Amino acid sequence: MISLSWYLGLSALLFTIGAIGVIIKRNVITIFLCIELMLNAVNLSFVSLSSYFKEISGQLFVFIVMTVAAAEAAVGLAIIISIFRNRASLNVDEADNLKM
Amino acid sequence: MEKVLFIIFAVVAVLSALNILLQRSPLYSALSLIGTLASVSALFVMLNAQFIAAIQIVVYAGAIMVLFVFVIMLLNEPKGVPHIDKQRGLRFLAIPFAGLLLAEAFYVVSSVQLQQPATLSKVENPDQAFGTTWSIGTALYTHYLLPFEVTSVLILMAVVGAMVLARRDGD
Repeated sequence: MISLSWYLGLSALLFTIGAIGVIIKRNVITIFLCIELMLNAVNLSFVSLSSYFKEISGQLFVFIVMTVAAAEAAVGLAIIISIFRNRASLNVDEADNLKM
Repeated sequence: MEKVLFIIFAVVAVLSALNILLQRSPLYSALSLIGTLASVSALFVMLNAQFIAAIQIVVYAGAIMVLFVFVIMLLNEPKGVPHIDKQRGLRFLAIPFAGLLLAEAFYVVSSVQLQQPATLSKVENPDQAFGTTWSIGTALYTHYLLPFEVTSVLILMAVVGAMVLARRDGD
């Protein structure tokens, strides 16, 4: 039996890699992929805590998180398509109309 | 044994997550994310979450990543397309992998034992059913019925929103 801390440590590591990706990457699709990675890292900690406490609610949270991730991917990719149509570029630094 | 499996899947997950950052082309990043999702799904199986693991493969690695790959191909950055000519070696790897998959499928089919439906639908001990569709369904349709129904409204809004956003102005 593996202790809970290993799973939580792996989850934290994956979340950190995703957060670093969101910060350092300039391609909007790669940023989106890193957000999916962060969601998945959180799912891993939900499932490991659910298994540790023998409580099924954690797995139901993962179910809801996956649904929200699917909705987010659909809307986000539609936004990416319309940004690309207007600017012909996927670089987030060029989409700065709302910047002060 | 369990610890060895954990280390293998954890290393694969972290390495393919790092590969997302190292790749320049978003297509390769998407393929590495599928590796991370698959190994996290294997960890879910080890944590008694079989249903979530199956959903992870079907919904995440199947549906969502296919959507990503479609969009990457649609937007068609010139650097984002891999050159097929360079990957001639992969063609020779494909046959052993296909044989491995076929052998695994035969092993699963031959080792499964069919039970009567009456014994399948009855669950004596709820602790043994932790993480199966029985326990998830029971909790989802009793305690968590309202979040489940609200989720369907969310999906409907996302569908309409995605269609409005991705439409051309002239249509």
